[in-house]
Amino acid sequence: MSINTAREGHTYPAITYQVSREAIRDFAVAVKAEHPAHHDREAATGLGHQDLLAPPTFAVVISQRAEAAVIADPEAGIDFSRVVHADERFIHHHPITAGETLTAATTLERIRLMGAGAMVTTVTEITHDGAPRTTVTSTLLVRSDGGDD
Amino acid sequence: MPLISDLEKGQSIGHRTIELSRADLIRYAAASGDHNPIHWNDRFATEVGLDGVIAHGMLTMGVSVELVTHWAGDPAKVVDYQTRFTKPVPVPEPEQGPPDIPTARLEISGKVGKLDAEAKTARIDLTVNLASGDEPSKVLTKSQAVVVLD
Repeated sequence: MSINTAREGHTYPAITYQVSREAIRDFAVAVKAEHPAHHDREAATGLGHQDLLAPPTFAVVISQRAEAAVIADPEAGIDFSRVVHADERFIHHHPITAGETLTAATTLERIRLMGAGAMVTTVTEITHDGAPRTTVTSTLLVRSDGGDD
Repeated sequence: MPLISDLEKGQSIGHRTIELSRADLIRYAAASGDHNPIHWNDRFATEVGLDGVIAHGMLTMGVSVELVTHWAGDPAKVVDYQTRFTKPVPVPEPEQGPPDIPTARLEISGKVGKLDAEAKTARIDLTVNLASGDEPSKVLTKSQAVVVLD
C-alpha cells in the first residue's frame, strides 16, 4: 500500500441526494429513534420544521455516498479493505428535512501516516441551494496488512 | 423542554438501555447503505481479524443520541454531535431462535458536561458501555452532543 499524502486537500465531485420521508423513517427505525418528528409529519411541522426531521446522524447516509469517491480514487492510494472507523462528527448548521435535494462534496482533509497504516480524515459539506446544512467529519484508521493489531 | 437556567454542570439527563440483535444490524445496513460484511457475515469478520460480527460504529452512535433528543424535546436542537469509537460491539448469532433475539446490550447515560450561557448551549457528555459479552467495556469516548436551549 502506498498512500499519497499529496492528495491531501483534494475535493471530489459533489453528489446529490434526495431526502425522502421513507428514508428518514427507515433510518429512524434502524437507530431506534422514536421521537415523533422523525415519523409523523404533523409532529415535525408542529415543532416548526418543513417536513419529517432527519435524526442527528442521518447525514451519514449522504456523507458516505460522497466519501465513496475517496475509496475509489487510485491517486490517493488508500487500501480501504482493512479500515476501522475511528471517529465521526456532525455539525448541523440547519436541520435536514424530507423533500430536500441536497448536495454533498467530500474533501480529503488529512492523511496521517502511522507505520504502514494511516489515519485518514475526510470532511463532507452537505448543502441545500448553496446554504450549509451539515458538516460531516470522519476519520478512518487504515490498517496495514499483516499488522499486529 | 429543559431551560439553561435550570441546569448545572454534572447534572444527569438520564439513562437508557439499548439491546441489539443481528436483525438490527441488517436493518441498519439497509437504512444506511453501509453493507460492509463485517456487520453481517461471521466468516468475513474473522478473516479480517475480528472475533465475529460487530455492530456498525454509526449504529452505536445513532442509538446513543436518542437519550439527548428526547431530553431536548426537539431532535433539531442537537447542533453538534461527535464521538470516538474505541471498542467494537460484538453482536453474536443467538444460539437458538430467530435472529431478532438481542445478543448485545448497551448502557447509555448522559450528563451536562459544559454550559455556555452566552451561546445558550449545553454540552451533554454521553457514556456508552457494552454490558454484554465477556468483556464489558466503554465503547465510545468523547461522545458529546451540543444542544441549543431556551
